[in-house]
Amino acid sequence: MKLLALDTSEQAMSVAVMEDATLLAETTLNRRMKDHSEQLLPTIESLLAASGLGADDIDRFVVAAGPGSYTGLRIAVTTAKTFASTLHKELVGVSSLAALAAGERHTSELIVALMDARRGNVFAGGYQWTDDGRLKTVIADRHLALTEVLAQIAALGQLTVFTGPDALSMRETIVEQLGSLARFADPVSALPRASRLGALGRVAAPVADIDAFVPRYLRLTEAETTWLKTHQETGHEPYVEKV
Amino acid sequence: MAERELILAFESSCDETSVAVIENGETILSNIIATQINSHKRFGGVVPEVASRHHVEQITECIDLAMAEAEVTFDELTAVAVTYGPGLVGSLLIGVTAAKVVAFAHHLPLIPVNHLAGHIYAARFVKPLVYPLLALVVSGGHTELVTVSAPGEFAIIGDTRDDAAGEAYDKIGRVLGISYPAGKQVDAMAHQGKDTFDFPRAMDQEDNLDFSFSGLKSAFINTVHHADQLGQTLDKNDLAASFQAAVTDVLTHKTIKALQQYPVQQLIVAGGVAANQGLKEKLTAALAEAFPNVDVIVPPLRLTGDNAAMIGAAAHIELAKGHFADATLNAVPGLDLPQASEA
Ligand SMILES: [Zn+2]
Repeated sequence: MKLLALDTSEQAMSVAVMEDATLLAETTLNRRMKDHSEQLLPTIESLLAASGLGADDIDRFVVAAGPGSYTGLRIAVTTAKTFASTLHKELVGVSSLAALAAGERHTSELIVALMDARRGNVFAGGYQWTDDGRLKTVIADRHLALTEVLAQIAALGQLTVFTGPDALSMRETIVEQLGSLARFADPVSALPRASRLGALGRVAAPVADIDAFVPRYLRLTEAETTWLKTHQETGHEPYVEKV
Repeated sequence: MAERELILAFESSCDETSVAVIENGETILSNIIATQINSHKRFGGVVPEVASRHHVEQITECIDLAMAEAEVTFDELTAVAVTYGPGLVGSLLIGVTAAKVVAFAHHLPLIPVNHLAGHIYAARFVKPLVYPLLALVVSGGHTELVTVSAPGEFAIIGDTRDDAAGEAYDKIGRVLGISYPAGKQVDAMAHQGKDTFDFPRAMDQEDNLDFSFSGLKSAFINTVHHADQLGQTLDKNDLAASFQAAVTDVLTHKTIKALQQYPVQQLIVAGGVAANQGLKEKLTAALAEAFPNVDVIVPPLRLTGDNAAMIGAAAHIELAKGHFADATLNAVPGLDLPQASEA
């Protein structure tokens, strides 16, 4: 199975072309020179060309579906679903946090991937490799205060490896709360790598309804949150209508 | 058999996700429009992040529907076209991203289209265009007088200094307790009332072709608040009629002034506010008198609002000129048409 994996969840952009478990080509850019919108498709084009493949040769498109930066998620998800939908190929969405956690391949400890969600909040997910090489979810992806996440982890009382570019910059707070239970991924492993994303996506079930596929934002918009304080979500006309 | 030119066009600059298939720049084979109005009604206006989220959930379904309704395959397409600005950046990005992927995946050239050019070329579905022509573009985001000297050659000769006309409608609509978007209901109320408040016609007497609607909006709001403080109730229909009279007077006068400076055979009234009955009536009456030989083209309702068919019509002109973009194409939220060079 030939597979294209793409991740623009945060600042870094990573794209990989794989054949089954074998990586054919990969690009990871971590210096934001241009918008993801400008560099994602050109990168896909050059990686496919370098792999000797056309877009139509890809059997499965694997996308980091969130959480992350809203605009970044939409660019990768729109790219992946448009490829899959118009070429009639498979689409797989993988948690952006799981993809980060998968960068820590050689540990049996709990791996917690973190992304800064501003104002003291984070997107966090806890994962662990099983003996048969699957990445299992220990703490489902969530949006909450960093201090709360750390309290939840402290309660588990086990060694924890923190990963993700933002986790490294939160090191002080993490160590303060967890002390010697906290370990950190090295800065290279902490970057999102589309090959790790692809490896997870290769063994996941494809999306049944590609059209309906959307990013996992894990957070409502501010406008909706405010509106829901005084309104009911039920019994409304469809929010979007074909006219 | 002559080969068909088939353009798959995308529009997602604001709160409509639209995909269309256009044949030879003049025939609409499909024009799927998914409108988010019911969603943004909750907030009294378009919330950009909500709009972007809806676009992602709609985009591939709209492509499927447009292709199916047009009964064409990707192999038969000539090119892909997309609005890349002006508009909301998060919204634009969905159409731009999807269009780029379709172009690359299906080996098609990609045509970037200015949204305003699209609004103007909606008129191409009414009849062939005769150049040079003049266009009045009025919508929630724009109030512009544009000359089109030849196919695809635009120059802005008049622009709003502050609010767009459609924006002013929405703002005073809120004061009248009308839910977003307010244009249609204000128009209907205006027809029930009289112009009794004599609101200011900003810049009407000035020599340029520019507009300003923020003073009118303030005058309207002050009038209503002042009456509220005195415990008076004003006739809402008269308020609507007075507001609409001020807007349509200025739009009409500036258009007449533009026609005096730029002799043309056709005037295109484009954009969402082109559907306004009050504007249509006043403009047609004024032109029948001052410029009986100028043909006024107002596209049908479905084509005056945001839609991808108009983008396909504009793209037909760009295709002939060989104006293409590559995979680096990005959304340009502040994109404008060229300004007329200083006289
Ligand atoms: Zn528009």
